Amino acid sequence: MIADHHHPADLAPVEARVAAIESVLVEKGVIDTEMLDQIVQNFEDNLGPMNGAKVVARAWTDSAYKERLLSDGTAAIAELGFHGPQGEYMVVVESTPVVHNLVVCTLCSCYPWPTLGIPPKWYKAPAYRSRAIREPRKLLAEMGTVIPDDVEIRVWDSSAEARYLVLPMRPEGTAELSEEQLAGIITRDSMIGVARL
Amino acid sequence: MSGLDDESLPRDNGELVFEALWEARALAIAVALVDKLGLPWDAFRHRLMDEIATDPQRPYYESWSAALESMVIDLKLTTPAALDKAAPTERTPL
Repeated sequence: MIADHHHPADLAPVEARVAAIESVLVEKGVIDTEMLDQIVQNFEDNLGPMNGAKVVARAWTDSAYKERLLSDGTAAIAELGFHGPQGEYMVVVESTPVVHNLVVCTLCSCYPWPTLGIPPKWYKAPAYRSRAIREPRKLLAEMGTVIPDDVEIRVWDSSAEARYLVLPMRPEGTAELSEEQLAGIITRDSMIGVARL
Repeated sequence: MSGLDDESLPRDNGELVFEALWEARALAIAVALVDKLGLPWDAFRHRLMDEIATDPQRPYYESWSAALESMVIDLKLTTPAALDKAAPTERTPL
């Protein structure tokens, strides 16, 4: 619904409730609106899969970095300047010709904000959260990603203790690309594991 | 804030980062609150998990909002009555 100057739109109950929570917390001095603006702005401007893509591109082009990334994801990701809420306890899982990795959060929506931003809608949907565990191969095929039968699918259930990022396989024919060019071909979905590159 | 203009909303890999401003706000309040109070993120996450489990088909950010409300009430930062009183009925015109 679009509101205009003369006819403000009615608020949905949930929208009004969130506004009420904000206003009482601001009134109490617990939080301030500027802080909220900054958090939202940060999500919009700075957090997103473009960060994860830089991590993956570095791992593809620097084997020492890749080793650090696989042994201590949080520290290696922080080397590139990506850290903060939901970026703790990062575990990077490498997909190979024989293993395909898929990330889900079955109980809520744990997701690595610094490297991938806000999760897409389907990631939070009950169907994805349950089927990723129960029938990952079928689910992936329906999402357009057919994983050959001889490739093992490993499903990683995110939690507060571990947030996963998939290190996808580097596609063939990309030997000539620079690190920056590589980052440009790495998609969010490939880092969740619902797509291959 | 009014006049939700689709084109002005941030997109990320072709998808909206937030579908509505109140969703962004709800997320930011939870992030700011645990930060300000020095709580672990789990303090919020467990409530979110419970709310999702209670009503799996409810839209995600409605569960988020319910988790936020239960947290601020349990922390004694407000009461349901105070929230009822503070709830606006219309969007503020620009």
